[in-house]
Amino acid sequence: MTNASSKFRFRHTVGERTFGFQSLTELMAKATPARSGDRLAGVAADTAEERAIAQMTLADVPLKLFLEEVVVPYEEDEITRLIIDEHDKSAFAPISHLTVGGFRDWLLSDLATPMTLHAIRAGVTPEMAAAVSKIMRNQDLILVAKKCHVKTAFRNTIGLPGHLSTRLQPNHPTDDLTGIAASILDGLMYANGDAVIGINPATDNVAQACRLMKMMDDVIQHYEIPTQSCVLTHVTNTIECIEQGAPVDLVFQSIGGTQATNDSFGFNLATLAEAQDAALSLKRGTVGNNVMYFETGQGSALSANAHHNVDQQTCEARAYAVARKFNPLLVNTVVGFIGPEYLYDGKEITRAGLEDHFCAKLLGLPMGCDVCYTNHAQADQNDMDNLMTLLAVSGCTFIMGIPGSDDIMLNYQTTSFHDAMYVRQALGLNPSPEFDQWLKHTRIFQDDQFTLNHKIPGAFEHSLNRLLGGA
Amino acid sequence: MKRIFPTHPIEEAVVENPWHKLRSFTDARIGLGRAGVSVPTKHLLAFQLAHAQAIDAVHSPLNIDGLTASFAEQDWSMEHAPIRLHSQAENRATYLQRPDWGRRLHRTSIERLQEHSTSRSEPYDLAIVIVDGLSAFAIEENTVPFLNELLPRLQGDATPWSIAPLCIVEQGRVAIGDPIGEILNARCVIVLVGERPGLSSPDSMGLYLTWAPKAGLTDAYRNCISNIRLAGLNHHDAARKAYYLLSEARTKKLSGVQLKDRTDDSVLEHDNEQHNFLVSQPK
Repeated sequence: MTNASSKFRFRHTVGERTFGFQSLTELMAKATPARSGDRLAGVAADTAEERAIAQMTLADVPLKLFLEEVVVPYEEDEITRLIIDEHDKSAFAPISHLTVGGFRDWLLSDLATPMTLHAIRAGVTPEMAAAVSKIMRNQDLILVAKKCHVKTAFRNTIGLPGHLSTRLQPNHPTDDLTGIAASILDGLMYANGDAVIGINPATDNVAQACRLMKMMDDVIQHYEIPTQSCVLTHVTNTIECIEQGAPVDLVFQSIGGTQATNDSFGFNLATLAEAQDAALSLKRGTVGNNVMYFETGQGSALSANAHHNVDQQTCEARAYAVARKFNPLLVNTVVGFIGPEYLYDGKEITRAGLEDHFCAKLLGLPMGCDVCYTNHAQADQNDMDNLMTLLAVSGCTFIMGIPGSDDIMLNYQTTSFHDAMYVRQALGLNPSPEFDQWLKHTRIFQDDQFTLNHKIPGAFEHSLNRLLGGA
Repeated sequence: MKRIFPTHPIEEAVVENPWHKLRSFTDARIGLGRAGVSVPTKHLLAFQLAHAQAIDAVHSPLNIDGLTASFAEQDWSMEHAPIRLHSQAENRATYLQRPDWGRRLHRTSIERLQEHSTSRSEPYDLAIVIVDGLSAFAIEENTVPFLNELLPRLQGDATPWSIAPLCIVEQGRVAIGDPIGEILNARCVIVLVGERPGLSSPDSMGLYLTWAPKAGLTDAYRNCISNIRLAGLNHHDAARKAYYLLSEARTKKLSGVQLKDRTDDSVLEHDNEQHNFLVSQPK
């Protein structure tokens, strides 16, 4: 590495030693803060020094170069074509003279206001966002993300400053309707569910998805809840559900940052466009028309052997190009779900969560986070408390809410209904305004205050007594 | 003097949730109540115990001597002692970060298997590979009762199955069964592996079946039976499913996506009879 020859496109000299990097892809990978997934892929820096040098080298790269040198070949990959073909040159103009390092300074400066950040969005590519994030500290990622305001709407308004929404996730290992309803009740009583009531089905087929959609739609209509539902099934299943007349609010899909990743997931950009058109045709939104819900997560491209030797964080940022093409209501990274071979411990999970949130917000996405871990990762609830709090400070759009942090279907731990109440109270954050009104109106919040009622509200008490045969 | 506490403070600290009775309908941690907006102490500590058990399941080594001794006591006990094998992942920390190494056999393990297979000319019908995976605890709890259900079925089959010596693998992943089956010259392999522990299920075992195993096959060539444990899919039902899949694989000479498990097709219809109590009208 110290003996730089002409094969190196990027070089950096420290004292008498010169470090070289053969490509932008290699430079980006080696500049990435340490994580197990990049080591698994064999693309990480060999030493801590090489990483620091790569970051210095990357800081000197002009942003313009990212429009000329792509990390995944244009001819092979529809996401690269999307990024390049839809790049907005006039939005890029105010930052086009900057290097990656200069871009960091600009983002942190008073020049970058919510308004100017909004104006440059379409000029920033995922690779530019990923590159600058690699040379930013955690506090930089938090501060800049907080300045990026992204508002979306369907039956309520998501993403306003000073607000934090939650996805109510009532998963059950056999999709038992009573069990699901019990978790929905629990979540609503803890003021959760304004981002979406979203179920990961245990039995993943069209008939089951339709049944769960109907069930959630019944609840939303019966209690007149200003929120939306989603069954997190494959996009092609949801298209079929729509054809069969099911009440589809949001279309879900897990997405990755290379075409080959999405091929392995069984969809492409045309599939998403078809699904978006189908959902829009139902006209079910009342205050807005954002009908898509995407999940992402570092490591999915490597896991599908579709990463083209690009580091996992850059692959992740490229998935946001896919997301923003379809104006989603919600996007979230499932940051600790994939396991310790990609993000080893609480420190790596925390860093990745902040990076994903920052990059997505910079690119204009309504980014939330499934703040989570599996039992074979070196992480626990304290790590989740830390990341959840950091994300809430940085203006994260939504987090998950699940009974007692324990997903009994997917076998992992995420944030609980109680956690959402904690972070709202600690930081003075409110649910989406329409949902907030409903909470007060139904007396889940008492006395028009942001305080949970000691009693179960009448309408829900009635349903509960019907099942339990109580007084 | 102004009252500081509106009512008796000890009674007020934890607000109970009247819907906690719904716990009889789901294992989800609902109705926990709250201290302020936070989880009450009792439930906080119960959660931490469950997490501690799951962590221990991941990191405790497999008690191979205990397992082997237990095999020797069973009615189906085999002539040949179990063959002990190891993956290329040296220890747990490496294992967790390098799944690729957990799928490959260590050189000395390959030699041990080759020694055995050269002494035999006929192929085996089946190799059974026992792998610690992500929960040695699951293997220690479930292997013997499961094999007690499965092996008599295979030995009593109209065409009895010839079974290779049991293999026990440390620091292994599912796919390591394929090179083992290949070297042993087995027509089919089943891998019993400790699954990633859930918070309420640190003891869950998985079973993976491959017909014509060879190194490098993908998941598309495997069939899976998951959540084998007393409180999940019990050993009797798991063995029934496994026997069905093995018989089908032997008849059709394949496994994976083309081999469907049709033993539980009726479940969904039965499920449809449930009601959503939040909206259904009283009968």
